[in-house]
This record gives sequence, C-alpha cells and structure tokens, in this order.
Amino acid sequence: MLAEMGQFALAIACMLAFLQTVYPFYGIYTRQQSAIESAKILTVLQFLFVLLSFLILSYLFLINDFTVAYIATNSNSALPWYYRLSAVWGAHEGSLLLWVFLLSFWSAAVALLSKRLPIESVARVLAVLGLLSLGFYLFVLLTSNPFSRTLPYFPVDGRDLNPLLQDIGLIIHPPMLYMGYVGFSVAFAFAIAALLEGRLDSAWAKWSRPWTMAAWIFLTLGISLGSWWAYSELGWGGWWFWDPVENASLMPWIAGTALIHSLAVSEKRGVFKSWTVLLAISAFSLSLLGTFLVRSGVLVSVHAFASDPARGLFILGFLILVIGGSLLLYAVQASKVKSRGRFELFSRESMLLTNNILLIAALIVVLLGTLLPLVHKEIGLGSISIGEPFFNRIFSVLIVPFSLFLGVGPLVRWKRQSLSELSKPLGSLLILSVVLTVLFLVSFASHFTWLALLGIFLGFWMLCTNCYELYLRATHRFSLLKGLIKLSNSHWAMSLGHAGFAVLVIGITMTQNYSIERDVKLAIGESIAFEHYDFHFDGLQSVQGANYTGNMGIFSVRKDNHLIATLKAEKRIYTVQRMPMTEAAIDAGFTRDLYIAMGEVLPDGAWAVRIYYKPFIRWIWFGPLLMALAGVLMILDRRYRTKPLQERF
Amino acid sequence: MANTRKKLFLSAPLVIFVIGIYFLAAPLFKGTDPRKLDSALVGQRVPSFTLQDLYNHEKQYDAAIFKGQKMLLNVWATWCPTCYAEHHFLNELAEQGVYIIGMNYKDERSKAIKWLTDLQDPYQISLFDKNGMLGLDLGVYGAPETYLIDSKGIIRYRHVGDLNKNNWQDTVLPRFNEME
Amino acid sequence: MRLNLQPIYLTPLVVSLFFCFSSLAYSAIDTFEFDNVAQEQLFYDLSKQLRCPKCQNQNIADSNAQLAKDLRNKTYELVRQGKSEQQVIDYMVARFGNFVRYDPPMTPATIFLWIGPLIFILLAFYFLLSQIKTQKKQNDPLDEQESARLQKMLAKKVGSDKKRREENKQ
Repeated sequence: MLAEMGQFALAIACMLAFLQTVYPFYGIYTRQQSAIESAKILTVLQFLFVLLSFLILSYLFLINDFTVAYIATNSNSALPWYYRLSAVWGAHEGSLLLWVFLLSFWSAAVALLSKRLPIESVARVLAVLGLLSLGFYLFVLLTSNPFSRTLPYFPVDGRDLNPLLQDIGLIIHPPMLYMGYVGFSVAFAFAIAALLEGRLDSAWAKWSRPWTMAAWIFLTLGISLGSWWAYSELGWGGWWFWDPVENASLMPWIAGTALIHSLAVSEKRGVFKSWTVLLAISAFSLSLLGTFLVRSGVLVSVHAFASDPARGLFILGFLILVIGGSLLLYAVQASKVKSRGRFELFSRESMLLTNNILLIAALIVVLLGTLLPLVHKEIGLGSISIGEPFFNRIFSVLIVPFSLFLGVGPLVRWKRQSLSELSKPLGSLLILSVVLTVLFLVSFASHFTWLALLGIFLGFWMLCTNCYELYLRATHRFSLLKGLIKLSNSHWAMSLGHAGFAVLVIGITMTQNYSIERDVKLAIGESIAFEHYDFHFDGLQSVQGANYTGNMGIFSVRKDNHLIATLKAEKRIYTVQRMPMTEAAIDAGFTRDLYIAMGEVLPDGAWAVRIYYKPFIRWIWFGPLLMALAGVLMILDRRYRTKPLQERF
Repeated sequence: MANTRKKLFLSAPLVIFVIGIYFLAAPLFKGTDPRKLDSALVGQRVPSFTLQDLYNHEKQYDAAIFKGQKMLLNVWATWCPTCYAEHHFLNELAEQGVYIIGMNYKDERSKAIKWLTDLQDPYQISLFDKNGMLGLDLGVYGAPETYLIDSKGIIRYRHVGDLNKNNWQDTVLPRFNEME
Repeated sequence: MRLNLQPIYLTPLVVSLFFCFSSLAYSAIDTFEFDNVAQEQLFYDLSKQLRCPKCQNQNIADSNAQLAKDLRNKTYELVRQGKSEQQVIDYMVARFGNFVRYDPPMTPATIFLWIGPLIFILLAFYFLLSQIKTQKKQNDPLDEQESARLQKMLAKKVGSDKKRREENKQ
C-alpha cells in the first residue's frame, strides 16, 4: 500500500510541476497577480509531495519490503541500515528519484529565499524550473518507476546492494554530485527567465551568482569525493580515469567554473553578458548530457547503469527540447543584449575572459574526447578509445597558460592596467617561484623530470602571486594585519579558491610524476624494502562482516627501524552476490600515502600484494576542499545578505 | 549588417548542438552496441597457426584449411553460456550445408568433446585452441564469435555474440552470400 | 505466499554487468619478475594504456577479466623479449584494432581533438580583440535606447524623491 502511496505522491508532484510551469506564465501573460504569486506556493507543494515520495521509498528500504522490485534488486536484509538507506540511490530508478527530489529542493529554496526579488522574475524562474521537474517526473513515472512491485511472486530476500557501493564515500558522493548537477538548473532558469524577459542586466548576474556558487560547491565536493572513493576503494591507486562518466561530471564543473568567473565580470562591470548566459545554459545542459551518457548506454563506461534504449530515447527527447529550445531562445534573444562597459586589452576583464576561453577550450577537449568515439564509429572509421594518455598530454599543455594567467589576473585592474607597472613585481615573483620550486623538488622529488618542474612551478607561481595580491590589497589603505582583517569575504574567497587550485596542481604533478607501484609476492613473515620503507607481512586474520566474509592481511611498515604504521588490508567476499572485493589499507600522510591492496593467494601460500607510494596525493582532494570553502565564503559575503538596493531599473 | 552577423554568431551553439545530437541519436536508433567491435583483421588472411584436432591430438591443422570455399569460423567454449544458446542454430546452418569450422577456445578437451557428442557436432573441422593462441592472433575478445572467411582464406566479417535466425537473416547472410 | 524465486528481471544483461563490475571490484595483481627496472616500468606503462576490449572501460592493468589477464601475459612476454613500447602497441592494434589503445591514432576525425580547441581559442581571441577595437571607436557606450531608459529612470527617481520630500514637509 505504502509503495502505491509513494507513486501517487510522485504523480501529484508531477501534476503540480505542470501547474508550476503553466500558471505563472499564464499570470504574466494575462497580468493576473494571483496566478503569478501562485508560483511559489505550487513549488513548495511540489517539493513536499516529492519529499513524501522519497521518504516512503527510504522507509520501504529500511523495513526491507522486497515486494518492491527496486528494493529486491538493490538491498538485502543483512545489509546494515545506513547502507539500506543509501541504497535508495544505489541504482537507476532511485537515483532519478533523488535527482527530481533535489531539483524540487532547489526550486523550493529559490521560492523561499528570493523575497527581495521582484515576484514576476521569481515566477518566471520557478516556471522554468517547473518545466525541468516535469520532464524528470515523467521520466521517472513512465520509464523508471522505483515503486513497481514484484507481486505476486516476490523473493524472500533481496539481491543486495552492489558491494562496490557499500562505502561511506558512496553514501555521500551521489547526493553531493546531484546537488551540483541539479543546482545548475537554478542558474539555467535565471538565464532563461532573463532571456524570455529580454532583460539581462547586472542585477540578473547578481541574483544568479550565489545560486551558481552553491551548485558549484556541491559539484566540486561531489567530484572530489568520487575521486577519493575510487582511490581508496578500488585498489587501483588511481584518482581519475577519464571515464565517460567522470568526464560527464567534469564538463559541467568546468562550465560552472567559467560561469562563476564570468558572472563576477557581468555583475561588476556589466560586460560579457551574452557569454555569461551561454555559460549558464551550458553548465546545466552538460549536466543533462551527462545523465544521457550514463543512462542510455551509448558509451562504454565502468559506471554504467543497466541501460535501456527507451530511457535513452526519453532523455534524448528531453535533451533536444530543453537544450535545443534554450539555445534557440539564446540565438534569438541574446542579440538584444548590449554590453556597456569599456575595457582595454590589458585589464581584469580581458584576463577573466582569457581564463574563460582556456576553460572552455578544456571543456571542448573533454567533450570531444568523450563523444568522438561515437562519431568515429558512426562515420565508419571504426572503434577507437580516447583515454588517459591523450587527456593527460593535452591538459598538461592547457594548464600552462591557464595557470600563468590565473596568477596575473587578480593583480590586474579593471578597465585598464599599465604593463610597466606590473612587470617589476611579476619578475620578482617569477624568480621567487622558481627558487621555491627548486627547493621543493630538492626536498621531495626522487629524480628530475621537466613535467614535474613545470607543474610545481605553476603551483608556486599561483601561490606567490596570490600572496602578493593579498599583501597589496591589505596594505592599500591600512597596515598589513588590519588590512587583512578588513578584506571582504569575497576577496578571501578568490584567494582561497586560487590557492586551492594551486594545491591541486602541485598534488597532481607530484602524484603523476613520482608515484611508485610494485606488485610483489609476500608470504607471512616476509618483508620487502620499498622506497625507504620496509613492509613486513605480519599475519592473516579472518574477518566476518554483516554480509561478507574475508581475510585481513596485517602489515607493519618501518622506516629506519621505526614503526610507521600498521596496515590492515582486506580481501572480502560478499555473500549474496559472491563478489570479491579489495579493501585497500592506506597510511595517509601530508606528503605521501602508503597503500597496500591484497591480491589473490598463490599456490605456494604466499599472497600477491600491491604496494603504492603516492606522494602528495592528499593535496588532490585538499585543493578542491579549499576551493569549496572559498565558495562558501563567497556566498557569505555581506553583499548577498544586506538589504536590497534598488536593483531593478 | 552587423546585427545579422551577430545573430549568426549567436546561433553557432545551436548549430553545434544539432550536429552533436545527431551523433547521439544515431547509435540509439540503430541500436549500435558500443561494446561490439569490428575485427581488425577484415580484409586480411587468417593468421598462420598450427593447432590440434579437437578429437585427435595427433592430427594437426594449419591455415591451409581455410582455402577452397567460403565458410564460417565459429569460436566457442563450454564455459560460455551464450555458446550453448547458439549451438542449436549452428546445427541448423550445418544441415543447410553451410561449411563451418569450429574453434574450441581456452577449454578442456574432454568437456568439449562431451558437449559436441551431446548436442550434435555442426563443425566440419574442430580446432582445439587450448591456450588461446589463434584466438589472440584473431583478436577474439569473447566467445562466441563467428568469422566469415572467403574461398581465398580472407576474413570478410566478424559477428560478435550469438548467431540466431534474426541476425543471420539480417546482417550475416547477405554478407555471406556476397562473398566468393 | 512467499516463494524463493529468482527474480525474473535477472536478465543476462544484468548478469554480464555484474560480471564486469566484479572485475572492477579488485585490481588484478600479478607477480611478474623483470630483468630490470626499465623493463618493469615499460610493462606498467603499457598495461595502463592498453584497453581491455572485453570490459566496460578499463585498462588491462586494472581488470581481472580473463582476456585482460591474457593480454597482460602477452605484454609481459613481449616486453621480456625486448620489444619496444611501440612494437607492443602495434602488435595489439594489429589484432584488436585501435580500440585497444587509449592513445588514439591520428585519423581524419581524431585530428579535431587537437585542432578543435585550438580553433576555438583563436576565434575567441579574435573576437576579444575586435570587441576592444569597436569599443574604442564608439563614443558613447550607452546606446540611444538605453540612455533614454536611463533618463526616464533618473527622471522618475528625481520625481519620486521630490514627492517624498514634499510628503515629508507636509
């Protein structure tokens, strides 16, 4: 009965979404204030119904109702309760429900938090969001209903959640990622509403900025969580594989990054507005494209959902409607946008646009690299694979101008900057960065490579210029300390965000250039010397989990006869799906990770063991964490909290 | 004038999108499976090899067996459930007079012989590729696979997955008839 | 009535998916012995840039599928024979096609991977430069329509301010 109620709630939410799309537009067209104002109420109601539906599904998972097909395939009574809860979004149907749930969550947030905005603009935005929700509700209800039953014959127990997904990282990763994907719908809706209204001004940029930032924060965290999970869970020691699904999350992120920068220019200086709108459309469109790629099965990916052509066709139709429609609207309406600000070639505006251009070039690389295999096969040139070697090569080219400009950009004034004024400090900063790079490499690198030199230099270049900019800004009017305290949140956000990126670049450079991996054969009691460390295989224990059994290898790691860590790596068999899993053991550190994964037991009783030494790999996740924090600071900036100015004119 | 140019410029994203969507839609409508690969050996001779007969380990074959008439080379194994599903149709084809050479791939001899005795043997010749040597040279990436080989011993097409009435009629037979 | 039935939706597709996932679940770990460090490094590099044709999207180093194992063994054998990186890749491509390498060859289509972004960067900079140039030519950055609107707004604001002042007076 409960499952039917869940489905019914979903159907009501779908109808409310329909009303939310139609009614406000009708109100605006016929100038009926009540219809316009209904947008907010409809949005909140819609949210409540989908919340109900989501809670019902979660509850059904908790009570192990295996008469529901989705639960029978993705849960098991032996599964711990928290994994039963996270199993709600463990496969296609539930993850789509999560998607619509979050979409209406964002819509409701817009409805409730935009009291300062003119009601008519909010109504337009909510109507666009309603249209998006409507599409996804129909998708869930028509092709992927999580509430459908297995009656009259239902299994005694479920087929269990894929063991890969039984991890704390996978509890939080999808909701974070979806919050990001879906969050861009707000920026999208603001852009479409502005285009429909034919009025793109600084106020529009100002309104959409915190929303875009919020979505970007979630996406940043979601992607880095996914990367961290893959690293710690899969036993392959990597952190990014350039898999189509990973690329699908990277593309909206890049577009979103370009968007938050472009919005800043549009808000402050009123230029690049049509470019900003295009980015706002792109960020969400790329999220949709990602959904299509993951769920249609047109590409081969490790993360594939069980794909179904009917689902593929539905999303494709939706894609054409939403993206095609908005690009058409853009082509017609954006030509009316006039940009008013003037700036010279060497100015903050140009610098920001340059970085935008480089970001979009990177986006094009990822997009082409992901989709070209499809085209290649389609035009009869045969199947190809585009993977790590290609992406790494082209990204190590693109990162160079990007990082250099990123360092200079914040030092450059709006409108106009004389080159001679900056050349001297930049020269000194260059020398400082080179010195720091050499010092860094001498202390942490085992050998010299040009790529490492370049990468570390770029990292320090961004850090040095960043500190110099802070110093300049702080001492502009006050003493250094007082000046630093007086700096606005958004200024700190910029600095912190850029520092986070520098940390990321340093982490990537060190990990990619100086990682060491060895596959060895170790019997109990044996040791192996590895990169200044001595790994000793102490013994083996058997482990018994709620839904798995396994072996745990215990290794002690010594350096100069000092015990550094005791690592416990597991090899598990999940009982329901008979699936073997590796639980790698990691000794995480600020400058390096030591990583052990157990392979199989060999005929002579020894074990195949993989050992990694991963220098600075934590920085790869620490950097994005800083960037996300920077985003939070940005949203907390006074500007977005004070009483509204007369924004609309 | 400037405005038209601007409009053209602003329609560029739409145009790119339309082109892109074609390539997303095409595989969906055609039902192309991205995991099915064309053989790299199409247009080339069957690689040279020496393999034992499945039934008689003293009897050896080489690439010469692929000459003289057009034929199918079917790669199969007893550990492959799809091969089981396909086997009945291969029997039918053999009854229709299609010349089929079987290659038992990475398998156990006794199991394979039992399989053929139980299920009927559609193969004119049965090769036994225990270590997957010919399989590797052919680029076999999963059983069952069926190669179309013409009378000169040149590979013309590879079908991945099970052969059945539908795909035989639709895709394989026309190609088979086309060959010399 | 509770029956212990295998769910009917347990289609072969799902099974094959799980099969491939299971090969994802733990990386393959072999214990090959090498003559020297360079050889070992070459083997690792190769096994990371060769794709397992059978799997979802994994290189032969990470996959535990039987075919990936075979290809690893073959790569090991070729590396031990002293074959160069290119020779091993050519060997694999000759058998499995270009799909097997993660580094795509130059074809009329893959060339766009490189020139696509390049064209975009050039076009965008051309656009930026021309925008700056036309800006310099224009005298008034506000066009007539917009300045008219601005005038109107200012007038309104002045008007309403006046009104307010008058109200205050009263």
